[in-house]
Amino acid sequence: MANVEKDEVSGQHTTGHEWDGIKELNSPLPSWWVWVFYATIIWAIAYWIVYPSIPFGTGYFDGLTDWNAREVHEKQMAKIAQHKEQTWLAQFREASVQKIAKDDELRQYAMKGGEVIFGDNCAPCHGTGGAGNPGFPTLVDDAWIWGGSLKQIKQTVTHGIRNSDAQSRASQMPAFGWMSEKKQNAIAEYVAGLAKGNAPDGAGKKAFETNCATCHGPDGGGMTQMGGPPLNDRIWLCPGRGTCVPEISAKQHVLRQIQNPKHGNMPAWGNRLSDAEIKQVTVWVHAQGGGQ
Amino acid sequence: MSLVNHHAKLEKNAILLMVAIFITVIIGGLVEIMPLFTIKSTIEPVGNVRPYSPLELSGRNIYVREGCYLCHSQMIRPFRSERERYGHYSLAAESMYGHPFQWGSKRTGPDLARVGGKYSDEWHVAHLKDPQSVVPESVMPGYSHLADTRLDYGNIQEHLETLNVVGMPNPKEGVDTMYSQTMVEKAKADLENQARGNNAKGIRSRYPKAVMGDFDGKPKTITEMDAMVAYLQMLGTLVDFTSWEKGLNKTEKQEKLWR
Ligand code: HEC
Ligand code: HEC
Ligand code: HEC
Repeated sequence: MANVEKDEVSGQHTTGHEWDGIKELNSPLPSWWVWVFYATIIWAIAYWIVYPSIPFGTGYFDGLTDWNAREVHEKQMAKIAQHKEQTWLAQFREASVQKIAKDDELRQYAMKGGEVIFGDNCAPCHGTGGAGNPGFPTLVDDAWIWGGSLKQIKQTVTHGIRNSDAQSRASQMPAFGWMSEKKQNAIAEYVAGLAKGNAPDGAGKKAFETNCATCHGPDGGGMTQMGGPPLNDRIWLCPGRGTCVPEISAKQHVLRQIQNPKHGNMPAWGNRLSDAEIKQVTVWVHAQGGGQ
Repeated sequence: MSLVNHHAKLEKNAILLMVAIFITVIIGGLVEIMPLFTIKSTIEPVGNVRPYSPLELSGRNIYVREGCYLCHSQMIRPFRSERERYGHYSLAAESMYGHPFQWGSKRTGPDLARVGGKYSDEWHVAHLKDPQSVVPESVMPGYSHLADTRLDYGNIQEHLETLNVVGMPNPKEGVDTMYSQTMVEKAKADLENQARGNNAKGIRSRYPKAVMGDFDGKPKTITEMDAMVAYLQMLGTLVDFTSWEKGLNKTEKQEKLWR
């Protein structure tokens, strides 16, 4: 090595490299740094021994602890399940939704959990807090399609609406395009009047009573068994499949629904959520203002 | 001769250094990747996983083309928070027919590994066209062009044949390629029928649990939207976890397959 010399100030040798008169000192690494470096090597070797590591053929060395991410996870889940079971889950399973809604303590558990479950699963359709979206009904008012009692809500959530679940809500509105245009118009005017509270007597009313009252009630007040929503309010779903035009008149709204009825569809949650979770979200929805 | 001087040799010769780096990377790759091909437990045996139907496959290609994986993962990790929100953690076997897999690592939006069946077709269409119309606070961009673009599936048969080269076996069909000869021959018809909701029985005999159309409310035309929704609606729906967990305990006793 050429030109290695001792630096007088620091007492270190130089590396022998020189750039424009600037020389590089060959200072050793600080000893704390070197020891940390050795420690990481020892750590790595210990890690190989303690945790699953070295592969061979069709298997691998399990490690002294037999550690397995899934097992750790399952144990954690089991512990939490046990804790839940002791604090509230066991009572939840036994109790009906009605009882949970009345019991001060159980209701607390339902409301806290129900809010989270609703946010993760229901809000994308029904809007944040159940406020509703075009085509997806609001759940915070007292206009119900399938019924707003705890029992009815639980049934709707568990089996869904117009899906492949065997107990799903299935009733559908048929198309009435076969009616004469005049009759359609008369009905539409009558229903639009119902919404405003000044429904005209006459042909429209009569045709409504023969064709529509079976599902929407004689006064247009709705029939939850048939899934026929109340028509005597100004709360509209979004008739006409695939297209949603909220800013049309009530009469046009009715005409669209008569000619091209909407068949709203909601998945069943019985497979995705546990019975306790469904009870929680049911109590939560029921408490948002419209519960009956 | 001390080791330090050899080191100097490497550092002074760029070509030599490159060769040495290459060898080091190869060793690292061999040690980390190769064992996954031989270790039995890499892909745990799970029933019911099947290759994508031609329509789902087309949707998957659009998913890749549009870069949905940049905001969505398809990999539920074994953590409590993820399990409570998304469902059972993902199994390797669930993506065994995915080339390339869509695990992803970025979650601007939620994980999609089990989104199948969670929403209605109607919601998916509304959401993909304009996410803010249903989720006002969403930052997801709109993909309304999917609804206006006819699906180009002229080469679907060749596409299945290409995937057969990858060589994943399909034990249910009794073949050691992903798709059987019948599946390849019927690819075009299966795609059209699934998108229009015809011949559910035939399609489900080849692709069990396939979700039938029409998806986008336009039964006459097969759009990219149809394909995308068909794909989203099958994600995570194949494995029956109650039977899987029973199998888990049994196998666990026989051999430590799950490690
Ligand atoms: C894919 C979208 C979607 C999701 C997700 C969804 N719903 Fe619905 N839900 C609907 C639609 C659409 C209707 C109206 C169906 C109709 O027109 O009859 C509805 C109706 C309801 C009703 C009946 C309303 C009434 O007036 O009778 C209740 C209760 C309800 N949903 C609760 C929930 C709960 C709780 C969740 C979450 C676990 C949920 N929904 C998730 C789409 C959805
Ligand atoms: C077989 C039962 C049935 C009959 C008969 C029926 N409907 Fe309906 N109607 C429904 C159902 C169910 C819905 C809800 C559709 C949905 O949930 O997607 C509905 C929805 C509507 C809506 C939309 C309500 C809203 O809030 O937006 C209107 C308007 C309507 N019907 C009018 C009529 C008229 C007018 C007639 C008679 C010509 C009629 N219906 C006959 C079952 C029926
Ligand atoms: C810029 C990031 C971004 C991109 C790119 C993106 N998304 Fe999203 N996505 C989101 C966000 C954020 C949400 C949650 C809010 C919402 O529901 O819109 C979401 C939600 C979703 C959901 C609902 C998931 C659930 O469980 O609620 C689906 C399905 C979805 N996206 C599909 C797609 C598809 C398919 C594509 C590609 C065509 C895509 N996304 C591209 C950000 C993105």
